[in-house]
Amino acid sequence: MVFSKKPLLFIIATLTACLSFSGFAHPVQDSVATAAAHPHEATAHAAAGAGHAEAPVLSEADQKEAERKEFIKHHLLDSHDFHLFSYGKDSGHETHVGFPLPVILWDNGLHVFMSSRFDHGHAVAESNGNYYMIGHHDGKIYKTDAAGTVTHDEKGHTTNEKPLDLSITKNVAMIVIVGLLMFLLFAGLGKSYKKNGSIAKGAGRFFEPLVLYVRDEIAIPNIGEKHYRKYMSFLLTIFFFVWFMNMFGLTPLGINVTGNIAITAALAILAYLITTFTAKKDYWTHIFWMPGVPVPMKIILAPIELLGTIIKPFSLMIRLYANMIAGHVVLMSLVALMYKADHALGSPLAFLLAFVLTILEVLVALLQAYIFTMLAALYFGSAVEEHHHEEAHH
Amino acid sequence: MEIPRIIGAGLVVIGAGIGIGRIGGSAMDAIARQPEATGKIQTAMLIAAALIEGIGFAAIFAA
Repeated sequence: MVFSKKPLLFIIATLTACLSFSGFAHPVQDSVATAAAHPHEATAHAAAGAGHAEAPVLSEADQKEAERKEFIKHHLLDSHDFHLFSYGKDSGHETHVGFPLPVILWDNGLHVFMSSRFDHGHAVAESNGNYYMIGHHDGKIYKTDAAGTVTHDEKGHTTNEKPLDLSITKNVAMIVIVGLLMFLLFAGLGKSYKKNGSIAKGAGRFFEPLVLYVRDEIAIPNIGEKHYRKYMSFLLTIFFFVWFMNMFGLTPLGINVTGNIAITAALAILAYLITTFTAKKDYWTHIFWMPGVPVPMKIILAPIELLGTIIKPFSLMIRLYANMIAGHVVLMSLVALMYKADHALGSPLAFLLAFVLTILEVLVALLQAYIFTMLAALYFGSAVEEHHHEEAHH
Repeated sequence: MEIPRIIGAGLVVIGAGIGIGRIGGSAMDAIARQPEATGKIQTAMLIAAALIEGIGFAAIFAA
């Protein structure tokens, strides 16, 4: 990573310019005493900071703490609506800003309605005679009665019946949006070669070097000149999908798609299936009957190698998920610290840290996409590798 | 029950940190010796670091 002088100066200038804003987040101004005296100011305040993390304006420190934890948890989870920010908690009626998404349930028949019926988890939604509500702990939809009765087991988990949830949630919506975006971008890039005498134009100029990088630096060295072509479509899709998702995760939309283990699992399973079904004879020989090793060792090695084929995609899944979720948690905690600091210097310091960490996260977003693609290419390479035993085991 | 698990995870994370630090340091050495091989060294460094990082995360999740 090379930082030329100009962007660095720009970053420092932005940082200095933003420092003054962080003073607004000072807890003394956030406290209820001032909020009561200047209710309008406090409201504007909560709205301004909200895109990233709202600091709840409440008197009890513990309650604040709990609300921060709740907010961070909710940011990490999938949800049934896009929630941008809310304000006006201190004035009694809280206003949420965002937009609802469709809920699709299969519960002895199809139920389709907008998530606005849930009123951000406060109301019970009615659909064709059935009643549903959103669980407060996990954001999932539970079946309930007209009064919204909820039963818990001794661990505090909701025991209400869960309908089959096929909703367009926040994550699903973002996957569709990113899918469309990628289709438009790269279809446009592909077309521009035909029209423009083999020169990319517009956004394609930015993406062409990245596509070439994936081909020349990731696919060819790891898979080999002979076989790399058939894996290119998957590698490019994975690279740009993961990268775009990571980058969208850093926007105030507050989505955390690649930090959802189901999604990274789906990506890893695809990588596993492709490795398994395109593997050549040599790959299986090296798993079940490792050449050049004594027979007792071969018997011991076979199960380990077989397990290894599953551990590889498993580590792909965990790595992306854990990296993204850890980044989000640390970032959100630092932003929360901005509102919590007791000393006048605390908030600016937390802001500075959060700012620097955000820049680091932009780097991590690209790095994780690169690592995922790189390791997938490595596994594909091992599947199609042709060993020449006399030369390979020297 | 809870505390030994957390301590164990902490130990693994310390180990992973030392490992990644060593990889980074050695890569620096290697780049200083052969600046023309920077690209290859970086790639190998990132892969090795990612593999170790995976172990660290696995430990955190086990805790």
